[in-house]
Amino acid sequence: MNKPKVLIFSGYGLNSEEETAYGFELAGAAPDIVHINDIVDGKYKLDNYQILSFPGGFAYGDDTGAGNAYANKIKNHLWDAVNRFVKKDKLVIGICNGCQIVNNLGLVPAFSGDFGDRKVALSNNDSARFITRWVDLKVNSNSPWLSGIETLSLPIAHGEGKFITSDEDLTKLQKNNQIALQYIKGEMSTYLDLPANPNGSTDEIAGITDETGRVLGLMPHPERGMFFNQLPNWQLTKEQLVRQGKKLPTEGPGLQIFKNAVKYFK
Amino acid sequence: MTTRIGILSIGFDARAQTSLKKLQNLGYKDITDLWIIDGYTVDKSFSQKELEQITSKLSNPVTQEYILRTAKTRVKPKKKFAYVIEIGFLPGVTDNISHTAKEIIEDGLKVKFTESEGIYSSQITFLEGKLSRKDAEQIAFSMHNPLIQRSHIKSYSEFITDGGMDVITPKVKIVKKPQVDLVDLNVSDEELTNIGKSGIKNKDGSRRGPLALDLTYMKTVQKYFKKEGRKPTDIELESLAQTWSEHCKHTIFADPIDEIKDGLYKTYIKKATEVIRKKKGKDDFCVSVFTDNSGAIAFDDKHLITHKVETHNSPSALDPFGGAITGIVGVNRDTIGFGMGAKPVANFYGFCLADPRVDTPLFRDPELSNKMLSSRRIMDGVIDGVNAGGNQSGIPTPQGFVYFDERYRGKPLVFAGTVGLIPRKIKNKLSHLKKALPGDLIVMIGGRVGKDGIHGATFSSEIMDSNSPAAAVQIGDPITQKKLSDAIVKEARDLLLYNSITDDGAGGLSCSIAEMAKESNGCVIDLEKAPLKYAGLEPWEIWISESQERMTLAVPKKNWKKLESLMTKRGVEATVIGEFTKSGRCVVNYNTKTVVDIDLDFLHYGLPKRQLVTKESRIKKQELRIKEPKNLNQTLTEMLSRLNMSSFEFISQQYDHIVQGNFVLGPLQGRGRINSDSSIIRPVLSSSKGVVLSQALYPRYSEIDPYLMSACAIDTAIRNAVATGADPDRIALLDNFCWCSSNEPERLSQLKQAAKACYDFAVSYGTPFISGKDSMFNDFKGYDKNGEAIQISVPPTLLISSIGIIDDITKTVSLDAKIEGDLVYLLGDTNNELSESEYLAMNNATGSKVPVVDSDRNKKMYHAFYKAVQKNLIASSISIGRGGLAIALTKKAIGGGLGINISLKEITGNVSRDDFALYSESQGRMLVTIEPNNKINFEKAMNGNKFKLIGKITKEQIIRVNGLEGNEVLNVRLEDAAKAYRKTFKDY
Repeated sequence: MNKPKVLIFSGYGLNSEEETAYGFELAGAAPDIVHINDIVDGKYKLDNYQILSFPGGFAYGDDTGAGNAYANKIKNHLWDAVNRFVKKDKLVIGICNGCQIVNNLGLVPAFSGDFGDRKVALSNNDSARFITRWVDLKVNSNSPWLSGIETLSLPIAHGEGKFITSDEDLTKLQKNNQIALQYIKGEMSTYLDLPANPNGSTDEIAGITDETGRVLGLMPHPERGMFFNQLPNWQLTKEQLVRQGKKLPTEGPGLQIFKNAVKYFK
Repeated sequence: MTTRIGILSIGFDARAQTSLKKLQNLGYKDITDLWIIDGYTVDKSFSQKELEQITSKLSNPVTQEYILRTAKTRVKPKKKFAYVIEIGFLPGVTDNISHTAKEIIEDGLKVKFTESEGIYSSQITFLEGKLSRKDAEQIAFSMHNPLIQRSHIKSYSEFITDGGMDVITPKVKIVKKPQVDLVDLNVSDEELTNIGKSGIKNKDGSRRGPLALDLTYMKTVQKYFKKEGRKPTDIELESLAQTWSEHCKHTIFADPIDEIKDGLYKTYIKKATEVIRKKKGKDDFCVSVFTDNSGAIAFDDKHLITHKVETHNSPSALDPFGGAITGIVGVNRDTIGFGMGAKPVANFYGFCLADPRVDTPLFRDPELSNKMLSSRRIMDGVIDGVNAGGNQSGIPTPQGFVYFDERYRGKPLVFAGTVGLIPRKIKNKLSHLKKALPGDLIVMIGGRVGKDGIHGATFSSEIMDSNSPAAAVQIGDPITQKKLSDAIVKEARDLLLYNSITDDGAGGLSCSIAEMAKESNGCVIDLEKAPLKYAGLEPWEIWISESQERMTLAVPKKNWKKLESLMTKRGVEATVIGEFTKSGRCVVNYNTKTVVDIDLDFLHYGLPKRQLVTKESRIKKQELRIKEPKNLNQTLTEMLSRLNMSSFEFISQQYDHIVQGNFVLGPLQGRGRINSDSSIIRPVLSSSKGVVLSQALYPRYSEIDPYLMSACAIDTAIRNAVATGADPDRIALLDNFCWCSSNEPERLSQLKQAAKACYDFAVSYGTPFISGKDSMFNDFKGYDKNGEAIQISVPPTLLISSIGIIDDITKTVSLDAKIEGDLVYLLGDTNNELSESEYLAMNNATGSKVPVVDSDRNKKMYHAFYKAVQKNLIASSISIGRGGLAIALTKKAIGGGLGINISLKEITGNVSRDDFALYSESQGRMLVTIEPNNKINFEKAMNGNKFKLIGKITKEQIIRVNGLEGNEVLNVRLEDAAKAYRKTFKDY
C-alpha cells in the first residue's frame, strides 16, 4: 500500500511545517513541505495529494487578523484547486494559524457543502495576550481525523483562538456535530490548576469541521504533543514508571491524529 | 485621493477591554467605555467598488464592520464619547501592518502602489466618561512613544465639527539632493574632539550625531588622510567611526590595561578557552569560537549547536518595544549568519529593570520637556518586543530571566540570545567555514535601507543624554526576516549558492561588508544600487544605516541568477550592490563618484591602542548586623513576593516555548508552574540528544567583590545546568559584560577583577567561553523632577549563560518534588555568606562577605551528581541560588504540590543562625529528592562530597523547617507560600 501523500503549506511566516511533516512521517504518510509560491507557479499540483495540511505559524505576522492575509493569497491564486480538493474524498487539516486560515477561507464550517464563506472568526483571546499551555479536549465528531478518540490533551500557543460565530450558525454547528473539539477540565488542566477554556471561546470550541468531517480546523497543536517528553507532567510520570520498573513511552497523544489520517487511506 | 478605512469590532473586543482595565488601573476610574477602531489611511485613488473590496479583504464580516471616509465625506461616531485618541507612526518608522495591508491590496486587486502612493496604519481609541483634555493628553502619552509615533486628540464636538479624524499621511519627505561632503581635519585639537564627540558639522552649524571617536583616534585618522594627501569624505569618517566603535571593536576589552599588554579579552577570556581546549584534547567539543557571529560546539556526529547572547540596552531605553524586538530578531541573524547559516532553534531573554511599581520621573533635558518612559512602560515594552520578535519568527523561547534593581532605572539591560543548529557538512563542505572570494558579488538581501538606526553602534558606545539620537530607534519586521531566514537556512544554504554570509547589524553595510572584505582582501560597492525605503538618503546614511532584516552574501557570479530567482520566489528582495576584490582597499562609489577609498588594514587594524589604567577602590562595608526576625514565616512570604523571587509566569506563558516541537523541559515546571533557572530542548526530533540552557548573574555582589561576583555567576550558571542533568564535561559558557562608566579607573578595576575570575573559574571547571558581547557605558545622564542633574549607572553586571549537551533527554530532572515520602538532601556547605543577598536587600542591610566559590570541590560534586542522574537515582533537583535554601525548598514544594519537612540541625558549613541558614547564598549547593529505596545507592554515588539527608517530602501541604537547634522555625501552608510567590505579577 502506498503511503498517502501530504502537502504541507509553508511560506510568509508559517512556521510549524517541519514538525508537522515529522508527525505525518512517523504516522506513515509521505509529506512534502511546499512553499505556496511553488504551488502558484504550478511546480506542485494539489491534485497529486491525498492530504492538505495548513500548519501553525504567524503568516504575515497576524496583521489584519490571524490567517486573513494568507487566506487572501490562496483565494487570489489557488481557490479553484483548493475547492476541487475539498469536494473529493480527501483530508484537510488546519492547525492553529492553519485553523485560522481554513476558517478565513471558509473551508469550515462550509454549511451545505458550500465552501468559501466565512462563518466563524477567531478573535483575540479574552486576555488579549498570546498564551502557551496545555488543554484537555472532548471529541464530538465522526471526523476521520479523530476516529477512536474520546478525549485527549494537547498544547495550545496562540493569541487569537477565540471562536466566535452567530447564534444561528452556532446552532447549526451543534446540530451537525461540527464542533469537533471542546475544551474540558481534564487531566492536564487539573494537573496545572488552570481553567479549562484558555481563551474565552464560544461554547468551549477548540476545533470545527466541515459537514463531512474530512476538513478539520483546530487551535491545539497535535504536532507539539506527539512525544511523551512534550507532556507537562512527563517527569512525574517517568518517576512513577521508573519506580514500577516499567519502560517509558515515547509517543504523546497528538500522534493519533496523524495516524488516523493515514488509516483513512488504507 | 486619500481614503480612510476604519475597522471596528461588532461584539466584545478583548483588546479594548484590556486597554480599559489598564487605564482604570492607572487611576482613570471615570472612564466608563472604550472602543477601538483600526485605521488604514490609503493614499491612492480607488473607486467605491474597489474600496468595498479592499475593506472586505482587511476585515472579517463575522466580528467586524467598517467605515469609509474620504476628504469630502464626513463620518458620525456610533456612540457619544468624551475624547478620541489616534496613534499612528511617524514618517519612516517601520509599519508592519501597513506592509501586509498593501500586499493584500496589490495581490487581491492586481494593482501596484507607486513610490509616491502609500498606506499607513493607525489605532483610534474612543474614550467615554468624565475626562478633561489634560487627562486625554496624559492617556495619549501613556499609549504611545513620541520618538516613533504621533498622537492626535479630538473631543467629541471637535470630531463632529471636523466630520472625523484628520487625514494624515506620514510620508517621508526629503527634498535635499544627496551629496558627499569633505571634512577638514586640519583643525585644532579642540575641533577634532568636537567632531569626534558630537559629529561632523552641517552647513547650518548643527552636528550630525556622535562618531564616538576620542582625540587619539581622531589624530590617527588625521594622520592617515594627511598621508593619503586629501581630506576625508563624511562617509569615510562615519565608516571609520562605525568600525572603530567600542560596540564593534570592543576596545576596552582589547586595549592594554595596567600590566596586561594583550588586554582583558585575549588574556582572560580567549586564553581560558585555548587552555581548556588543549587540556580536553580529543574530548574538546568546541568547533568555532569567537571568530563568527555565534560560537559553536559539537552536538552529535552530524550537527553543531551555536549560541550567542547580545545586549540591546540603549535602543531599549529609548523605545523598549523596538529595542527589544530588534534585539531578538538581531541575534537571530547572528545565528543565520553563523558559518553558512544555522537555523535558530531557541531564543533566550533577560531583562534587568527597575521596579515597575515605582515611578521616579526622569528627564533627558534640564527644561524637563523630554521625559523618560516610566519603569512600568519600559518593562511592558521590552516584554512585548521579545514576544513579537520571538513568537512571530517561530522560534521557541524556553529560557529567560528578569532581574530588578533601581540602578537599572536610567538604562534597562536587555539580553537576547539565540541557539542555532547546523549540519556539520553541507555537500561535503564544512559548514562553519566560509570565505568570500575576489570576484564574488556583494548581495544585500531582506529589508530595505532607511534612516532608522543611524548611529546605533556609536551611540551605544556613549553615555546616554539629551543628545542621544532618536533615529537610533528601529522597529523589527519579523516576517520579512522569517522569509529571509527560511530562504537561506532551508534552501539557498544547502544549494551552496553563496560563499559567505554575515548579518547587517551594528554599523550596517559599513561593518558587514568591511568585515567580509577581510576574507577576500577588498571590496568595491556601488552604493546607489542599495534599495531604499524612501528617496533622499545621504550616501553616508545608506552606508551606516542599521535598518533591520538585512544580510550580506558573497555570491559567485555563476550562481547569481539562481539565487536571484530563488529569492524572488520566496518574496525576498536581493540586490547586487558590489563585488569583493583583492585590492586591499574598501572602495565605495556613489553614482560613479568614489566616496570611500580606505586601506582595509587601516580600517580594521589602524585604531591605536590606548593604555588603560585601573585604580582599585573597594567599598568597605560593615560586618553583617541584622536582628534575627521573630517570625520566619512572615519573612518567607515576604521574600517570595519580592520582584527577584516572584513567579513571572505571565512572561513564560506569552512566549511560545513549544513551537518546533523541541520542548523537553520548559520555563514552568511541575504542577505548581515554577519558573525554572534552566530549560532543555531537543533540536533534532529524531535524536535522543538534548541541549540544556541556563544563566546566572549577581550584580549586587559587584560593588563588594567583583571577582567573586563573577565566580558566583559562573558557578551558578554551571550548577543550574548540572542540576537539570547536564554533563559537567560538556558545558560551554557565554559572557555578557554590561558595565558602567568604563572610562573611570575604578570601574575598570572592577572589570579587570571580574574578567580574571572568568579565566580562573572557566579553566577550573573546564567550561570554555565560546562567545560573548559587552556593553560598557550603561549610564544615564539626565535630570530629576526638580531639574537637578543626576547620573544613574547600572551596577557592573556580568551575565554568564551556559549551554550543555545531554545524551539522553529522558535522563534529566525537573525541580518539582515528585512523590510523598521521598528523601530530601542538601548538597554542599551553607555558610554565613549573605552580603548583598536578596535577604539583606529586603532588610536594607549590608555585609562584607559575598559567597566564595570552591570550584575544585564543586566540580567533583557535579560529576558525582551527573552519574547519579544517569542511574535514574534523582527524583527532583534544584540548584540553590538567589534567595538561598528557603526559596529553593519552597519552589520544590509548590512545584510538586507536596509538603516538605526538613531539619537544619546537621547541615554542613559554618552558618550560625536560622535565618542565615535559610537565606544564605552560599554557592555549590543543590537541593535534591530521591526515592527512599535509592538511599544506599545515592549516598554511595555522592560519597566523598558534602551532603546531608535533611528531611522528606510530605503529603501534608506544609513547608516545615526545624532550625539549627532542632526547634521548629518555619511552618507555612503551601497554599500561602504559593499565593505569595504569585502575588507580585498577578495582574501583569
